[in-house]
Amino acid sequence: MARYGVLIGFFVLMTVFAVVLNRMNEGEYNPKSIPSEFIGKPAPEINVPDLLNGKLVTSADMKGQMWLFNVWGTWCPECWREHKFLLQLQQAGVTIIGLNWRDDKAEAMAMLTRMGNPFAKIGYDPDSSVAMDWGVYGAPETFLVNAEGIILVKHAGGITPAVWEQKFASHFQAKNEAQL
Amino acid sequence: MIQTKWMKQFLSLIYAVMIAGFCLLSTSVSAKVETRAFANEQMESDYNQLIAELRCLVCQNQNLADSNAELAQDMRTKVYKMLGQGSNKEEIVDYMVQRYGDFVMYRPPVKSTTFFLWFGPLVFFVVAGLIVFSYLRKQKAADQVSVDQQQQKKAHSLLDDE
Repeated sequence: MARYGVLIGFFVLMTVFAVVLNRMNEGEYNPKSIPSEFIGKPAPEINVPDLLNGKLVTSADMKGQMWLFNVWGTWCPECWREHKFLLQLQQAGVTIIGLNWRDDKAEAMAMLTRMGNPFAKIGYDPDSSVAMDWGVYGAPETFLVNAEGIILVKHAGGITPAVWEQKFASHFQAKNEAQL
Repeated sequence: MIQTKWMKQFLSLIYAVMIAGFCLLSTSVSAKVETRAFANEQMESDYNQLIAELRCLVCQNQNLADSNAELAQDMRTKVYKMLGQGSNKEEIVDYMVQRYGDFVMYRPPVKSTTFFLWFGPLVFFVVAGLIVFSYLRKQKAADQVSVDQQQQKKAHSLLDDE
């Protein structure tokens, strides 16, 4: 009987390991990721000038529509990688507000000229003041904010079609705003 | 031949001194590169205490004082600015916790979500202690073999046969 117990224990452990490993491969249980304090809470303000035209970018202006808040910088390779997909999202009708974080203004503008601009507006945040208010600790990070200004999703890391499908798409399909 | 032996010994001595030096230094190295002016000593000690107790979110095993990460620099500046604006320590910690969660504190508060973090080790210790205790008791019981008369007779007869 005791021998069966050991065997059953072994299989239980093995199943747990397999499940955890599988979810780690899907990007869960990242030991460096920090659970966001903001899910279900109102989006913080942005309130910094636009990188391109200097006009004030605010969260309040976005009320009434679903939008993405994407933190990026030219120093961040993962941001270059996700850039193309952001352009695709823009074409599908998704409104993306960018936050150019701790970056050189000229370099940031050059990157957008070279690779295209997926953002409706871009807050310029050289000293992390907005990034800190949003609890950002790395780039890229992307938030989904609904029409009432509530944060529904936060993703740390690059957005890929798979990530979009898994975390974001359902919110847009519910509103029939974007079909990808 | 002798020369190389001497050189080897000399080199190992130098290495030993270097390693000892690094060990001593590494405990006192910190990344406080900014020079800050403080209105009073209280503010300075509050500042130093806060950056020692808040965690750098980029290099997560360092506090703000030790980290040279850019975000850590900006967070230090934020702490400094908030102190300058008259915020007290609790308000600054609250500000960071609202944004980065309990994780930002090196000493998270005891509450339902951090219960296992605080008391998990104690639970492991008690469980391990119970297992060791029951194992030892079993061993002791196994040592005291009780033999009844019949078995004793049998044993004697077996021995007599030889």
